[in-house]
Amino acid sequence: MGAQLRLLRRRINSVKSTAKITRAQELIASSRIVRAQQRMQAALPYEREIIRAVTGVVSNAASVDHPLTVAKENPTKAGVLIVTSDSGFCGGFNANALREAEALRGLLESRGLNVVPFVTGRKGVTWHTFRQREMGGNWVGFSRKPSYADAKEIADTLIESFKDDNGIDEIHIVSTEFVSMLSQNVVVRRILPLEVEETEVSESTAIPPYFEFEPTAGDVLESLLPRYVESRIFTALLQSAASEEAARRRAMKSATDNANELMRVLTQQMNQARQAEITQEISEIVGGANALADAAAGKE
Amino acid sequence: MAKLRVGVVSPEREIWSGEADMVIAKTVDGEIGIMPQHAPVLGVLVEGGVLRVKREGEGDLVAAVHGGFISVADDEVSVLAEVAELGSEVDVAAARDALERAQASIEANQEDADAAVEAKRARARLRAAGEDV
Repeated sequence: MGAQLRLLRRRINSVKSTAKITRAQELIASSRIVRAQQRMQAALPYEREIIRAVTGVVSNAASVDHPLTVAKENPTKAGVLIVTSDSGFCGGFNANALREAEALRGLLESRGLNVVPFVTGRKGVTWHTFRQREMGGNWVGFSRKPSYADAKEIADTLIESFKDDNGIDEIHIVSTEFVSMLSQNVVVRRILPLEVEETEVSESTAIPPYFEFEPTAGDVLESLLPRYVESRIFTALLQSAASEEAARRRAMKSATDNANELMRVLTQQMNQARQAEITQEISEIVGGANALADAAAGKE
Repeated sequence: MAKLRVGVVSPEREIWSGEADMVIAKTVDGEIGIMPQHAPVLGVLVEGGVLRVKREGEGDLVAAVHGGFISVADDEVSVLAEVAELGSEVDVAAARDALERAQASIEANQEDADAAVEAKRARARLRAAGEDV
């Protein structure tokens, strides 16, 4: 067998085994998306109720002064929570989130703020340690299946730093939003201080009921706001988990497709090489036979 | 008579939802009973409380609720619990075990706040399961 033929055969085998791996990853990711979506759905009622409750308190108690809602006068430090994944093989998922975080960093620095990154997910953490950027906090190990306790831990760290006078003055979150299987967007949101939005009450929405508070509006808000922040972070983690799997599925699908295409091209090349070798062998035999025949004719 | 529409949700899932005649929960101010036509209320629930939902023609729904809120508006009651567990889902042996462990660490160290919370939770779970504590 010719050297070229052997080389091609070896490459085809290696591409084939790579395709098997990427195909398996693709299938695993597809099944995980469904589960991640279910978890997202399951968390929706709580988030909806929390938002309703916060709206209720804020619209009832006219003068809500809470450390978490009041913007500090001279903000100097901004915390940015960046949600990335623990494992790779998910295309541009982490790169997109980190690029958006960098853009936000530039924006905040142009406002004269120091940026303190808080990072979840191994990929984001290594990205920061490689560049020797100091992090306000980092969490790894749950990007695929975040639990509420994880979100709580992150929220506690952020809120503590926010309440601290020398800590951060605002908190932004950069995460990937799951729109559908095919589209996920990186979004940037400010979670603290909370923005109290004055929106026009459209005619379809009812006037918010006048709540009584047990014990007082301030106390309710005191324990409601941290829950709200936790819930927002939890939602971001869940969305990011679903997006990660969707991005992985897509990346692995195109990898499998590319491997199959490569295999087709290589098989063609291999067949050509084999055919060329056979043709050459035949022409050598014919040439040899002719030479022998000529030699025999010359003797006579 | 009008009915209450009740939803018990925790961050990770919806625990229970349905219609009820009365909801009894424990806020930091004390027990609060809610019947249809109740005025809108937003209350903070205690750590390790028991929620009781009275239903017509069925037994009461009992759940252990740890922290969170109750909000009532227009005959809609939502209980937002940080952690919640239906009485029928409580693992009694595990809860008893947790209670004993928590009590042991409280005896060892009076100021063990974690253990105190742990003990409260375990008691609420046992009460929700209909056990005597």
